[in-house]
Amino acid sequence: METSDKLIRVSHVTKEFSNGAVRALNDCSLTVSKGEVVTIIGPSGSGKSTLLRCLNLLEVPTSGTVTFHGVDITDPKTDIDLHRRKMGMVFQHFNLFPHMTVLKNITLAPVQLGLCTEAQAQEKARVLLERVGLPDKADEYPIRLSGGQKQRIAIVRALAMEPEVMLFDEPTSALDPEMVGEVLEVMKTLAKEGMTMVVVTHEMGFAREVGDRVIFMADGTILEENTPEEFFAHPREQRTQEFLSKVL
Amino acid sequence: MFDAIAAWYEGLSPASFFNFHFLPKYAVYFIQGVEYTLLLAVVSVLLAVLPALLLALMRMSKNRPIRWVSGAYVSVIRSTPLLVQLSIIFFGVFNAIRIPAIKVFGFVDLSYFIPGVVALAMNSSAYVAEIFRAGILAVDGGQMEAARSLGLPKGKAMQLVVLPQAIKNILPALANEVVTMVKESSICMVLGMQDLMWGAKTAAASSFVTLGPYVLAALIYFAINFPAGKAIEVIERRMRRGDQR
Repeated sequence: METSDKLIRVSHVTKEFSNGAVRALNDCSLTVSKGEVVTIIGPSGSGKSTLLRCLNLLEVPTSGTVTFHGVDITDPKTDIDLHRRKMGMVFQHFNLFPHMTVLKNITLAPVQLGLCTEAQAQEKARVLLERVGLPDKADEYPIRLSGGQKQRIAIVRALAMEPEVMLFDEPTSALDPEMVGEVLEVMKTLAKEGMTMVVVTHEMGFAREVGDRVIFMADGTILEENTPEEFFAHPREQRTQEFLSKVL
Repeated sequence: MFDAIAAWYEGLSPASFFNFHFLPKYAVYFIQGVEYTLLLAVVSVLLAVLPALLLALMRMSKNRPIRWVSGAYVSVIRSTPLLVQLSIIFFGVFNAIRIPAIKVFGFVDLSYFIPGVVALAMNSSAYVAEIFRAGILAVDGGQMEAARSLGLPKGKAMQLVVLPQAIKNILPALANEVVTMVKESSICMVLGMQDLMWGAKTAAASSFVTLGPYVLAALIYFAINFPAGKAIEVIERRMRRGDQR
């Protein structure tokens, strides 16, 4: 039972850069259950994004394992592309494909991977665009969109693959303040619908209201892990208290 | 007034900068020469494109031996003179493979043209490979990551997402490579290929006008490359304007 409801399991992951000169992650372990919304917070440079990027192997851990559905995806023999289909990712800088229309951005992967026809993909894309309030942007190019619109499209692009978990890497950090709300709103809706989410964020409000669990990182290690209520009310570590006193 | 100019022109020495007395008679050497030169340059660069893309992708491969092979090729080509490469290809490779002396367009002898084009393309592919590599590296790394995060395999991500964006950086540089080749291909004259430079040399030898033919050749090279270079600059600037996100 214990293993089956854990969607992602990170065990003792360490990540070094520059041949060991920089240790970005130090023995991090973490599990994510189905339907759970986990937020990762901490000062910049603490390894939050690196940890998130290890979940879909955009960064390959130097040591340690990551399992998804019980399959060790850090094993070089595992076909990571198959697993990435089920792990949507949203980036700080959106990374929409600038040479394609919004619709094409969304349909590209499902069609190219042979999961559905162009027509089916377009229909699904339009439904998703409707849900994030951008039904009229299907034929625009990303350059014509605001940051908030781009990020909502990026979320739709990931959702079009029907992922089982969504990974968010500081999705609102590059946005103008007035656009943060519209993106968080979409994320809240997703969470309410039961999507499993791992969110690296500086939005303490989001972590408190939407998250089921908060993970605090500093210097490449997971320092503290708790429910949002406990975490924000009674932070245990001194480092956490210092951080919270600065951001709250 | 006109008589005076005519007399001055008539009296020019064979070594004079302005002596074009060879012209009506030898004009055909220059016309065919330009065509030969352009053919050589354009065909060489076009032939270089696919090998260059392969070299560039090899250069960025995770596999160390593959990276090494590509790097070694580029280094050898870039560190040896074109004339040496041309001679080795011409007298080595195409001594073993004989091309029949078929003429196309009436003046392009394939037994010379094909070895020349192969050598120029091999040379050009090393430089174009670097153009490709720079163009690909200039595409934001987030593009590849986003494509991969959707489950697209590396090849598809490269083909559908990265390369179409890299083309914008690559095309102007590729056009510049054609301009370079128009100039560099003049070295083929040494091996008897009948390009513009060969035309100038032949006109000079036959007409006894020693300088004029080369001055004319210079003017023609300039008349091709200078406007071409300017046009590329304009296109480059316009493309960059579309780049703002």
